Amino acid sequence: MVYFVQQLVNGLTLGSIYGMIAIGYTMVYGIIGMINFAHGDIFMLGSFAALIVFLILTTLFAGIPVVLALLVMMIVAMLLAGLWNWTIERIAYRPLRGSFRLAPLITAIGMSIALSNFIQVVQGPRNKPIPPLVNSNYQVLGISISLKQIVIIVVTAVLLTIFWYIVNKTPLGRAQRATEQDRKMAALLGIDVDRTISITFIMGAALAAVAGTMYLMYYGVSVFTDGFIPGVKAFTAAVLGGIGSLPGAVLGGILIGLIESLWSAYFSIAYKDVATFVILAVVLIFKPTGILGRPEVEKV
Amino acid sequence: MSPLLHVKGVETYYGNIRALGGVDVVVEPGEIVCMIGANGAGKSTLMMTICGSPQARTGSVIFDGQDITRMPTHEIARLRIAQSPEGRRIFPRMTVYENLQMGASLDNLKYFNEDIEKIFTLFPRLKERQSQRGGTLSGGEQQMLSIGRALMARPKLLLLDEPSLGLAPLIVKGIFAAIKKLNEEEGLTVFLVEQNAFAALKLSHRGYVMVNGQVTMSGGGRELLANPEVRAAYLEGGHH
Repeated sequence: MVYFVQQLVNGLTLGSIYGMIAIGYTMVYGIIGMINFAHGDIFMLGSFAALIVFLILTTLFAGIPVVLALLVMMIVAMLLAGLWNWTIERIAYRPLRGSFRLAPLITAIGMSIALSNFIQVVQGPRNKPIPPLVNSNYQVLGISISLKQIVIIVVTAVLLTIFWYIVNKTPLGRAQRATEQDRKMAALLGIDVDRTISITFIMGAALAAVAGTMYLMYYGVSVFTDGFIPGVKAFTAAVLGGIGSLPGAVLGGILIGLIESLWSAYFSIAYKDVATFVILAVVLIFKPTGILGRPEVEKV
Repeated sequence: MSPLLHVKGVETYYGNIRALGGVDVVVEPGEIVCMIGANGAGKSTLMMTICGSPQARTGSVIFDGQDITRMPTHEIARLRIAQSPEGRRIFPRMTVYENLQMGASLDNLKYFNEDIEKIFTLFPRLKERQSQRGGTLSGGEQQMLSIGRALMARPKLLLLDEPSLGLAPLIVKGIFAAIKKLNEEEGLTVFLVEQNAFAALKLSHRGYVMVNGQVTMSGGGRELLANPEVRAAYLEGGHH
């Protein structure tokens, strides 16, 4: 039982990270109907930005409080990732808007390859480790919870709340939802659709960057290929939860985190990805729109 | 007095297909002007061309002395041209209330509370439905919401695309009475396109007739109502 709960905690932590990345996929899909395959690499880039900031901070200000260091890492990573994703949308996706559906998909894959290769060239192909940032461990009823895990879960919860608030309660969020539901009508009401789409890319990237920072803190290492596997997992999470649905993305992320950690704990760790994708396939067979996805048919 | 809206020789294409072939329309401030014509004549294309989506290939659209032909749609909307478009285009997964908030985005909800009361007085049905999602409304309710949403923008020019489409005659009467009232009491300028020629011409100060993307006739509302050609083509047997 203790072992099971322990795995739940681990799964929840991992799932939080996937969920934060998944939101970027799902929002972009919702608003312009394309999968931004470079999003996983934006996450990786965020993780590298955090790593570089960490190195600078520890060199210039030795003994800086960890909380402050993490905060600065996160903010810089968010800004940089936002800028990158904004640029990608501007140069690679916007000119192709309105062309056939495969075109932006192909450029997205191109952007993904370009970004990961860029990092490989400028940062080198090897793993970049950092010393552990947060060390404390707590024992609660025999379950070991690290401070890292608490930080990740709390940061995720706080950010998702802020995000939920923006999307559901602010004029910006309304403009985003309107653009998602009917772009032409949104423009007729004075909404600058291009700007709204840009902001959506920036917001998604910022969340991915936070996930990247958390990932770096959790595993203590970054490498240029990091965008791929976590990216694909987060994409899977978005599809599993129902692409286009924000709560679905988070739910999908947590489910995938749980499946992975529970499978690894009770069966074979080598097959954890197989398990994840088999479950995805099964869910999609019985519920093609994902768990919280909406059916495509709508009353007109 | 210069016209509020002046459409000059506008041609609009969808790919290589010409939808509008040199349309001229003038709307003076404070007028209700209608464009009647059969299905597919290009009426909705004209409405959307005024809003820059699609843009006219040749000719120009002048609003309030300003050339808006090449302006992006959202900037045209910001000049206070509000449209209740073809198909109503309610945001289906937003509540009625949120749809009305979207209408008031231009002023960032500054006059929202005041204006929504007006809309609810005009269309009490919307008040009952305010927390329901737009996609679940009936056709008539969606039409009211679409007009209400356009009015929330405090427009200088209100464009209505087939406000009577799919509605029961009694509701059409109510909506047209509401438009007339807004025009008389607040001087709202309205340009509407309609297949329901009888009701539209009766409501309007002036009217145009469109056939195959071209204006073939124009005149006072009553004058067109009495015109034998108009009667034959759009009224007899057609009006309810």
